Amino acid sequence: MSQDHLTHAEHRDDEASKLGMWLFIFTELLLFGGLFVVYAVYRYMNAEAFHLAHEELSVTMGTINTVILLISSATVAMSTSAIRLGDTKKALILIAITIIAALVFMVNKYFEWGGKFEHGLYPGSAELAARGQGEVLFFGLYFFMTGLHGLHIIVGLVLLTISYIGVKRGTINGESPVMLDNSGLYWHLVDLIWIFLFPLFYLIK
Amino acid sequence: MDTNHTHEAHHAVPYKTYGIILAILLFLTAISVAVTQIELDSLTVTVAIVLATIKSALVLYYFMHLKFDDIILRIMVIAVIAVLALVILITLLDYIYR
Amino acid sequence: MSSESQVHSGYVSFRDVETKYKGILAWILSTDHKRISFLYLYSMITFFIVGMLLGLAMKLELIAPGKTVMTAETYNAFFTLHGIIMIFLIVIPGLPAVFGNFFLPILIGAKDVAFPKLNLFSWYLYVLGAVVALTSQFLGDGAPDTGWTFYAPYSFKTHTNMLPAVIGAFILGFSSILTGLNFIVTMHRMRAPGMDWFKMPLFAWSLYGAGWIQLLATPIVGITLLMVVGERLFQIGFFDPALGGDPVLYQHLFWIYSHPAVYIMILPAMGIISEIIPTFSNKSIFGYKAVVYSTLAIAFVGYFVWGHHMFTSGMSSTALYIFSFLTFLVAIPSAIKVFNWVATLYKASIQMEVPFLWAASFLFVFMIGGLTGLFLGSIATDVHVHDTAFVVAHFHFIVFGGVGYAFLAAMHYWFPKMYGKMYDKEIAIFGWISFTVGFFMLYTPMFLLGYQGMPRRYYDYVAQFHGWNIVSSIGAFILAAGFITILVNFIRAAYGDKIAPNDPWGGKTLEWSIESPPSLENFEEVPFVDKHPYDYSEPTSEK
Repeated sequence: MSQDHLTHAEHRDDEASKLGMWLFIFTELLLFGGLFVVYAVYRYMNAEAFHLAHEELSVTMGTINTVILLISSATVAMSTSAIRLGDTKKALILIAITIIAALVFMVNKYFEWGGKFEHGLYPGSAELAARGQGEVLFFGLYFFMTGLHGLHIIVGLVLLTISYIGVKRGTINGESPVMLDNSGLYWHLVDLIWIFLFPLFYLIK
Repeated sequence: MDTNHTHEAHHAVPYKTYGIILAILLFLTAISVAVTQIELDSLTVTVAIVLATIKSALVLYYFMHLKFDDIILRIMVIAVIAVLALVILITLLDYIYR
Repeated sequence: MSSESQVHSGYVSFRDVETKYKGILAWILSTDHKRISFLYLYSMITFFIVGMLLGLAMKLELIAPGKTVMTAETYNAFFTLHGIIMIFLIVIPGLPAVFGNFFLPILIGAKDVAFPKLNLFSWYLYVLGAVVALTSQFLGDGAPDTGWTFYAPYSFKTHTNMLPAVIGAFILGFSSILTGLNFIVTMHRMRAPGMDWFKMPLFAWSLYGAGWIQLLATPIVGITLLMVVGERLFQIGFFDPALGGDPVLYQHLFWIYSHPAVYIMILPAMGIISEIIPTFSNKSIFGYKAVVYSTLAIAFVGYFVWGHHMFTSGMSSTALYIFSFLTFLVAIPSAIKVFNWVATLYKASIQMEVPFLWAASFLFVFMIGGLTGLFLGSIATDVHVHDTAFVVAHFHFIVFGGVGYAFLAAMHYWFPKMYGKMYDKEIAIFGWISFTVGFFMLYTPMFLLGYQGMPRRYYDYVAQFHGWNIVSSIGAFILAAGFITILVNFIRAAYGDKIAPNDPWGGKTLEWSIESPPSLENFEEVPFVDKHPYDYSEPTSEK
């Protein structure tokens, strides 16, 4: 009897972990949701200024980062297939590509933010204050939302690195891939949020 | 075991599926960037948001495995998104009619 | 003892079980849901006593007009700290963290929650959040004086030490999210074989509803508090009118969480009442499914009524009507529950035990609180009484009356199970009388005072309000005396030798089928559940 129970419990555990991860993702969605509420209200109140302010952002840079995130999302998804097919080597390569993509994203972000700071476009700066309230709010939201998103990239990086080590050591394998699956889910969340941040900040007219 | 996939919860999705979805996502990104270059006035935002919604649906459905998972997850995701949408809508009701 | 026969060989209570660690470490490093429940219980009692002393000090100040025992600044700091402690440390986590942790796995026939380590981690976050929030009192430029709502723009203009309070509240929110997450997964994955969703006890259902609110509402206040932090550190301008921000938007975001938070508090309270009333009526709950659906309806509709806290803050009239309408709507499922409880009592053979007294008085205070809530939900009345003592009386009836009475009801109901001991009935009844007399003396006059125009959060008042304020202040001390009586009664019982039987009340839910206190694993064998949770069709076995 106890033997039966053990296996039963282990099987259940995986599903529970996945459900737990999803619930955490819901929480994260609502965390950004609060910011989307703020964005919606202030964009409604300052449509003109938001349009002017967005022209300071580089569409090229934003597009590159979007493409990077989409590719990394696909590679981490593929790695979950690879681990199930028993192809550890391929899984490792795919996770590594995802990690590198995340790092490239952060480097791009660093230069983007750096550029804004050079032009004096940061919260509390005199240059920004001179441009009027709407642009103050736009850049306030820009830094806050992309900053929070960046923090999530870092968390995602940590999770992916742990998964990489796990796959390498064999603790994550075709029989128990749940850690990799959950890191992947988290990484897709990061992608999901960026899919909305990109048009809202870089593409609005 | 390494080629065919069964309809269990834990089956491996073929790489090709992910490849196709990625191609569609990149294509939609290209469209949304292109659309902003032409003048559509107020429609631009709508188009951008609609495209973003389609992209996120694809990510949720394929990359995040909602298509292959238990239906309860799909219900939860839809409910959560509905709650968030209602919150944004109700808050905006204050500002639009102020 | 009749329980003797049911104790099987090798039974060791979870309190006495041998663990890797000794002494206090065996508790603060344990992932056993029952031990974690006790960690929360003892932390909360400590915080509650602090919060109660602050409340008593405020009531002492209000016993006479003018400065009585403290300055206006001290009074501001006291009501802020009283609010932070009572709301964030007691009533929001209270029932789920203490009774949810202890009884949810047992009620659904599981050995623990889904993620025991995460559960312990939540307690550490709770303690960390509490410590961070309380340091605001002692460090920096004076204690926070914004009230527990941290309203912008004052919360980033005041020179007082806001940051720790706000960050502490953020951490506490995170703890609450993880508890909710844990419970939802537990109910999805770990119900005993045979127990489908509609065989789950109502306390579990209420935790399910509350869990979703914890999960979906708490992050909104989390991000809002982070925005206030950003505002104070970087002058971003989110809520600063001078920079184009809108302070009313802060109120929106704050209440998008803090109104549903009321339902995080009250849903588990309703769940506990739904457990106690059938047991002492020796009868199944009337309309089980109606209670379940009304729980879910309250959780859902309750999410969209936040604007009724902002009727006088300058919202558009369209928003006013919508929020007022939704507020009246949420009263319907609440009333359904009251109807079901009363219908359960109808023609029942009722055991007048102490837990039942608490549950029955819950109905009264909850209905007074709920109905006065409808006064506040109608726009015209609210304009008259907003920011008066009327509001304070209303939410103390709901929050302290609702959660406090349910907490003490649960404590008297489950104490024999948690400790394996029985408390003294006479003293318990005396405590209940004193608590209830004090409660009504303390808060009922505040309805009258508020209606006559006495503002809240003032340390002073005009002479015409003096009379009722004396009554209110005396009531506060009677209530406190009642609380101390109850506490002493429990402590005496816990150290006493009056052993409680396994099922002292004739309860039908799973916790009464196991030993008091339960073993580490709760169930020697995972039970098979094919019966309705409140099945009284068979005659009750002898107590």
